Amino acid sequence: MLLIKCPHCGERPEIEFHCGGEAHIARPLDPSQLDDVQWAELLFYRANTKGVMAERWNHLHGCQRWFNALRNTVSDKILRTYMMGEPRPYIGGEAQGAATGTLSYPAPGERSK
Amino acid sequence: MSHANRLAGRGRIDRSKPIIIQFNGREVPAYHGDTAASALIANGILHVGRSFKYHRPRGVLAAGAEEPNALLDIDRGNGRRDPNNRATVVEAFDGLVTRSQNHWPSLKYDVGTLNDMASPLFSAGFYYKTFMWPSAAWKRVYEPVIRRAAGLGKAPTVPDPDRYVHSHAHCDVLISGAGPAGLAAALAASVDGSRRIIIADEQNEFGGTLLHDLTSTIDGLSASDWVAQTVATLSQRSNVRMLPRTTVVAYYNHNHIALNQRLTDHQSNPSKGMARERLWQVRAGEVIAATGAHERPLVFAGNDRPGMLLADSLRAFINRYGVTPGRNVVIATSGASAYQAAIDAKSAGLFVTIVDYRKRDEIGDERLLATQAGIEILDNHSVIGSTGRTQVTGLIVAPKTASGGVGDVRTLNCDAVGMSGGWTPVVHLVSQSRAKLVFDTALDAFIPGEAYQSERSAGACRGVYALDECLANGHEAGSGAGAAPSAKSSEATGFEPVRLMPTNRQKLRDKAFVDFQNDVTAKDINLAVQEGFQSIEHVKRYTTTGMATDQGKTSNINALGIVAGALELTPPDVGTTTFRPPYTPTTFGAFAGQARGVLFDPERITPMHDWAVKKGAKFEDVALWKRAWYFPQGRETMHDAVQRECRAVRESVGIFDATTLGKIEVVGPDAAEFLNRIYTNSWLKLKPGRCRYGLMLKEDGYIMDDGVVARVADDRFHITTTTGGAPRVLGHMEDYLQTEFTDLKLSLTSTTEQWAVIAVQGPNARDVVAPLVSDIDMSNDAFPHMSMREGKVCGVPCRLFRVSFTGEAGYEINVPSDYGEAVWEAVYAAGQPYDITPYGTETMHVLRAEKGFIIVGQETDGTVTPEDVGLSGLVSKVKADFVGKRSLARPDLVAEGRKQLVGLLTLDPDVLLDEGAQIVDDPQAALPMPMLGHVTSSYVSPNVARGGTGDPQQSGDGRSIAMAMIAGGHSRVGTRLYATTREGFTEVQVTKPVFFDPDGGRANV
Ligand SMILES: [Zn+2]
Repeated sequence: MLLIKCPHCGERPEIEFHCGGEAHIARPLDPSQLDDVQWAELLFYRANTKGVMAERWNHLHGCQRWFNALRNTVSDKILRTYMMGEPRPYIGGEAQGAATGTLSYPAPGERSK
Repeated sequence: MSHANRLAGRGRIDRSKPIIIQFNGREVPAYHGDTAASALIANGILHVGRSFKYHRPRGVLAAGAEEPNALLDIDRGNGRRDPNNRATVVEAFDGLVTRSQNHWPSLKYDVGTLNDMASPLFSAGFYYKTFMWPSAAWKRVYEPVIRRAAGLGKAPTVPDPDRYVHSHAHCDVLISGAGPAGLAAALAASVDGSRRIIIADEQNEFGGTLLHDLTSTIDGLSASDWVAQTVATLSQRSNVRMLPRTTVVAYYNHNHIALNQRLTDHQSNPSKGMARERLWQVRAGEVIAATGAHERPLVFAGNDRPGMLLADSLRAFINRYGVTPGRNVVIATSGASAYQAAIDAKSAGLFVTIVDYRKRDEIGDERLLATQAGIEILDNHSVIGSTGRTQVTGLIVAPKTASGGVGDVRTLNCDAVGMSGGWTPVVHLVSQSRAKLVFDTALDAFIPGEAYQSERSAGACRGVYALDECLANGHEAGSGAGAAPSAKSSEATGFEPVRLMPTNRQKLRDKAFVDFQNDVTAKDINLAVQEGFQSIEHVKRYTTTGMATDQGKTSNINALGIVAGALELTPPDVGTTTFRPPYTPTTFGAFAGQARGVLFDPERITPMHDWAVKKGAKFEDVALWKRAWYFPQGRETMHDAVQRECRAVRESVGIFDATTLGKIEVVGPDAAEFLNRIYTNSWLKLKPGRCRYGLMLKEDGYIMDDGVVARVADDRFHITTTTGGAPRVLGHMEDYLQTEFTDLKLSLTSTTEQWAVIAVQGPNARDVVAPLVSDIDMSNDAFPHMSMREGKVCGVPCRLFRVSFTGEAGYEINVPSDYGEAVWEAVYAAGQPYDITPYGTETMHVLRAEKGFIIVGQETDGTVTPEDVGLSGLVSKVKADFVGKRSLARPDLVAEGRKQLVGLLTLDPDVLLDEGAQIVDDPQAALPMPMLGHVTSSYVSPNVARGGTGDPQQSGDGRSIAMAMIAGGHSRVGTRLYATTREGFTEVQVTKPVFFDPDGGRANV
């Protein structure tokens, strides 16, 4: 069981949390501007990074706050947790992870091209 | 004959405390401090079980947790019984009842022995090959044979009466194993008091191998005295928690460690209420594995007879328990450590011969020590086989020849054998921690490589075998200052790996066992390789080697070595199998802990639950809630009760507990705007005091939940959700509020348990409720359908909803939970003149189906849009955006032919369709028949007229009704289709999904 540091509550066991998948995918202000392919990409396609990935986590059975975490999907090590709305922190070197799912999410439709 | 095999003056047993245990009904005298295994050996009972496949007589092989053979059924009385206990770890106490397993009719005369003679049938891949036989042969011949053959113990037949508990702990250092390395680590790590230490050992006393070491000294003390002194020292340190009888069973992520502590299994009369086992979950800053090593058996034909033990295990029985399987001992070895076993056996007064695989010049100083002790040594010898049946009577040996063969065979008469094929470090824990294992050729073993989590290994589990080095290694692992404990020991280390003893008897029938518990022989493994299996993981599954309850603790490296030899590879090239938790078999009870019976899943009950119980209600589980299902009167069947309840609501008035509906209070200046974005409908113009049925989509456009929402004030809404959906809806709303709509000011509060909800439905609902209400104008004009008023009922503050899930005029009275039962009783009393009828969820379902109201999760399945269920009218056309709006325009969601909600009426009104029944157009169509959809709801309604759609004014005679999701359903209304039934197809009329009061007039009266 992972030990996850909620930015509000501190370290708690994984059983208190719910993972909400890849982070830093903002809902567009006007979804109607996206064509079907772009919308499908936004809705269904995820980087599924092997390595360091930014994820949304919710401290469901605690403070109920959402926050983001950098987790290495291979080692299951959590390198950093940070507040929702903060940019993905730079942690340097290899630990920064692959280009996907990093600082800015690729524009919808980008990846299929 | 009692204690016939007991050795005078030896062992840690307490001879002043004699006890009696039972084995197969026979009384076996023993002493406090014995295990079941040592007690049996002490009394000459060597044949303690039958093997898994061949039903060969088997005895104790090891002295500890790795034992593969001696599995006993243990009965501690009062239903406290479980099978497959290793006799070597079962502590004996007065009255302990043990039985052997896996034989019929008796241990001595066992029909299954025939399997031994039919052994070619059971060769490698036997299961797989047999599954390919004609099914008739499988059914008549093989299944019965396998079922009889493949039995380990018998499962208990009554629920486990014991109690199990869980504990959680944090520590800085967790030490697994309290042998020399573990104790040295604990001393070092705890000395300055700054770190919290937990040290756990699976045995009843700390000390590990030191408990059977009679010759070494540590810091000038005997090994035994040093253990006593160390345990005393540690127990005085307040920062040390010592857990004997506690196995570290699992190593999970982030140094999350599971330990299983056995609390009462060693006691004759555990005090009432005492838990049997405690499962510890520990977060450790650092883990020190000091888990030791397991000895390997030698692989030769007939290496499995009772009386043949691992050499160091034989030594443990002699030294620690003062017992021996026989007086005439042969130590067969390919390494040095077994010499100490021989020397100790000799000093115990036994006749001892050593057979050493190694050449004379490969043998070290241990040779001189053994010779000085007067022990004959046959060096450069192979073991060819053995004699005996229920006890070994001889070991067949022969000198090795230069060409790799063997010379003249001779038989050494003996009644006990100690064999040693080298040592395997116990790397299970570090492997579970995901550390890499590396193969050390000099040690012929996998040892821990680079750590993955915060852990390190010390002592024999990393291939450090010499006592002095173990102590130094443990001391270093404990990060101790000062000097490590210093040992003087005559024990030698090092061995020559032998995969399979050379022989001149290459008969196919020879049974040289590798995996004793699963009866896997060297021949089986070679056969698997011949048949093309190369990966050790495949060989393992094909032969089942290492897959028994001992997980191959004594066998895996021998199996790997044989595979490597056959493939002409080195062991690391073949690889090792993955170690998985738990390290040793662990009871289900320990994992379950207190989560049994009513505590398995929490039960949620409403304030009116006890009332319903008193009225004889039957309950159904909805999410975690217990909901009243129906209220049978007298000897009514469920059908009769539901029909009566359904009629009562339509004809007069019913009362229903709706407390379980999820409720969320949405408060803040942007509350309306938030709902506008979350629901498909519009909320900005809803006036305070009015209600609206809201539909909520996920972002993918599919229906997620629904429920009535009341606007309490400009900045306050009272939301209801489905019973099961409440947490999901709150989570969904919180997610959007916190992460997307962060510009909005509002708060969300779950109020599900704050309100008790009493639904009063039916033509007489107002007459029942009105007299109880104050501060609210109850007239139809002032308080119309789909509105909400705050006031008092029975003097209690309430939110009174005028809503209907039945189609009748009605109310849902929300009062603070503590008043729920009292108000319910008052309403029930007020309803007596109207014969008010309590009804349950089944009636609620029928009534709503008569009206065609969907239930999310019944009509919908996560792939259904509002249009699919005919609710597109609830989807705002004017709102620029809401969650799910963009998806509603996805091509698949607007495509032709989607499944849509319809009503179905069977042409025969007495036929009740099965929910889930498939709908087809043409029952004569060729297979596979195209299926149009399925029935989602189906009931017998007393209120719908037999002919067709119900007459709104009067109850009909009743008939079956159904709802279904059917491809292109809306356009099929008026046509006929066919539904599957258990008897074949039945014809159905497709209708709109409204069977009663289609205009909805009754709710507005
Ligand atoms: Zn928190």
